[in-house]
Amino acid sequence: MSEWRFWLNEQRGMLMAVGIFFVMFAIYVSNHPAGLTANVVQTASNKGVLLAFVAMAQTLVVITAGIDLSVGMIFILTNALASWLVIGSPLETGFGVAAVLATGLACGALNGLIVIYGRLQPIVATIATGAVFFGIALLLRPFPGGSVNEDLADMMTGKIFGVVPSSLVALVAVILVVWVPFSRSVIGRAAYATGSSEIAAYMSSLPIRRAKFTAYLLSGLLAATGGLFLTFFTYTGEAALASGNAYTLFSIASVVLGGVSLFGGRGTAIGAVFGALAFRTIGDLLFVFDLDPLWQPLFQGVVLLVAVSLSAFGLFRVRNRLEWFG
Amino acid sequence: MKDATREQPGAWLPKFVRRLDPAISTAFACIIVLLILGSLYSASFLSPEYLLQQLKVASFLGVISTGMMMVILLGQIDLSIPWSVAVGGMMACAAAAFGPVGETLAIPFGVACGMVIGFANGIGVAYLRIPSMIITLATNAVAQGLMVVYTGGFSPQDSATITMRYLATGFLIPGVPNAVLIWAIVGAVATFVLTRTTFGRSVYGIGNQERAAYLSGINTRRIVLIAFVSCGALSAFGGTLLAGYASKAAQSMGDSYLLPSIAAVVLGGTSILGGRGSYLGTIAGVILITLLQSILSVMQMPEAGRQITYGLVIIVMLLLYGRGPANR
Repeated sequence: MSEWRFWLNEQRGMLMAVGIFFVMFAIYVSNHPAGLTANVVQTASNKGVLLAFVAMAQTLVVITAGIDLSVGMIFILTNALASWLVIGSPLETGFGVAAVLATGLACGALNGLIVIYGRLQPIVATIATGAVFFGIALLLRPFPGGSVNEDLADMMTGKIFGVVPSSLVALVAVILVVWVPFSRSVIGRAAYATGSSEIAAYMSSLPIRRAKFTAYLLSGLLAATGGLFLTFFTYTGEAALASGNAYTLFSIASVVLGGVSLFGGRGTAIGAVFGALAFRTIGDLLFVFDLDPLWQPLFQGVVLLVAVSLSAFGLFRVRNRLEWFG
Repeated sequence: MKDATREQPGAWLPKFVRRLDPAISTAFACIIVLLILGSLYSASFLSPEYLLQQLKVASFLGVISTGMMMVILLGQIDLSIPWSVAVGGMMACAAAAFGPVGETLAIPFGVACGMVIGFANGIGVAYLRIPSMIITLATNAVAQGLMVVYTGGFSPQDSATITMRYLATGFLIPGVPNAVLIWAIVGAVATFVLTRTTFGRSVYGIGNQERAAYLSGINTRRIVLIAFVSCGALSAFGGTLLAGYASKAAQSMGDSYLLPSIAAVVLGGTSILGGRGSYLGTIAGVILITLLQSILSVMQMPEAGRQITYGLVIIVMLLLYGRGPANR
């Protein structure tokens, strides 16, 4: 197989997500009453970027064959925290942002420690830590409220040169700062190897624990970045259980749409980002076609169900039935 | 692990002590500690009326956890509990609005709707080989979407039938609430099915090693499907009981049952990886969780504190005895 075909095969999931996103976005824009204006792109980008951050967070853990059901709750917790801290003079705001991101790192570290050194199943462990994170969020914000440094918030949600949405620029920056170094480092390769076969990774004396821990740690950081942006968009903090659960669910949907294997070892965060943008656009399609918003949860659920069922096509390629039980 | 020739640690202990599952005994010990703590806090905590009331509240969780246990024994998980419970309650109440025929069929209809959700889960897990965690999250989202469309986003107006209220709050035997009676029946059937039937043994077999179970001629896909359908049915049945208890269904009635049901099963010593666990442990887990909830509410702990305590208790208990094997 020549080099580019190998690359194409490796990136098929991601390219599919990119394709779905552009088709959906074209349909969305062509049916939007305003058409393709900078404002439409800005609104779409602001909504999509939130999910994209959480989906990236989920990807890192899924690559190591784990799952993080607490990403939505870290997202909510950091939102509640940011509505207290990210305010005041530029210096105070800077410290606030740093504190919020550090909280995300701490949440990720807690998950990582429990899963790796506590040897608990990631599903149950992260459901339980998610409850703790949500409880802390409720302590911080029993009622929706708080405020944020509006200059910073407007800067992060506005447009650069009146054209490019700055949230999109921030997303690209985070990909460049977090994902690219991670995926090219030894730790990142070890994370892929661990996800694809932990025993083989162990036999090759790769740093399994460090790789997993870094994945959980960065996952917390990315979820916190998402929480920070949520605060920039809404100007308030709110400990909403439904919203946290929805983001966890949608992050899994985006990861699947973005071609990341839930069994680990396959896929990229960039695919998941496009998966998230595509998922958001699909949800928004209902609005441009003037359907009742009541149908949106059902529509998103069906999209998710279809997306996860598509992975079943792999079964047709199975020659030995015992491989079903992998 | 049951190697007769190997010298087991603690062989000098009496046989019944050795046979005791450490998880179950820990759970029961925790229950006693909680009871003592509660009685220190309030004198009426140990009164028979209060304890019976707790048992009644526990029985809703007990019914739901029974289904969850079946699925966890397979090494799978069902995250569609919240909306299976809500669908059960809401559909039973909806059926009740259709005259006398609807009233008689209310509970079967609610349970049947839960079975449909369980069936979708089972097909996804057993035949399409989708990880259970993912497919059940997806069916949960679809069930939620259907209910939002059905109710128009508001709480449904229909109320529970007299039968549902009687089952949840009545007394067939004086002094013993019907809900407790139902839990006892469900529990007895579950114990019988799990320990005395081919189906039950197959569930444990699949949980231990699905490949081996398949090679020994078990129709593993059918067993998994049946387990998921019964989990959906039991959650929906729990939902109809809850609707009877509150005399109407609500949108979010199932949300507070996902974490407790998983916690109850896992705290009762059932391995989250499947293949190991007994119903006695689940009973202990359910009572433990209910007592914990009750003490937290007696202490007037706000919702935030309850969530944190829950999460911490589950993590600590799991760290005590739910750890996976070291991989070296």
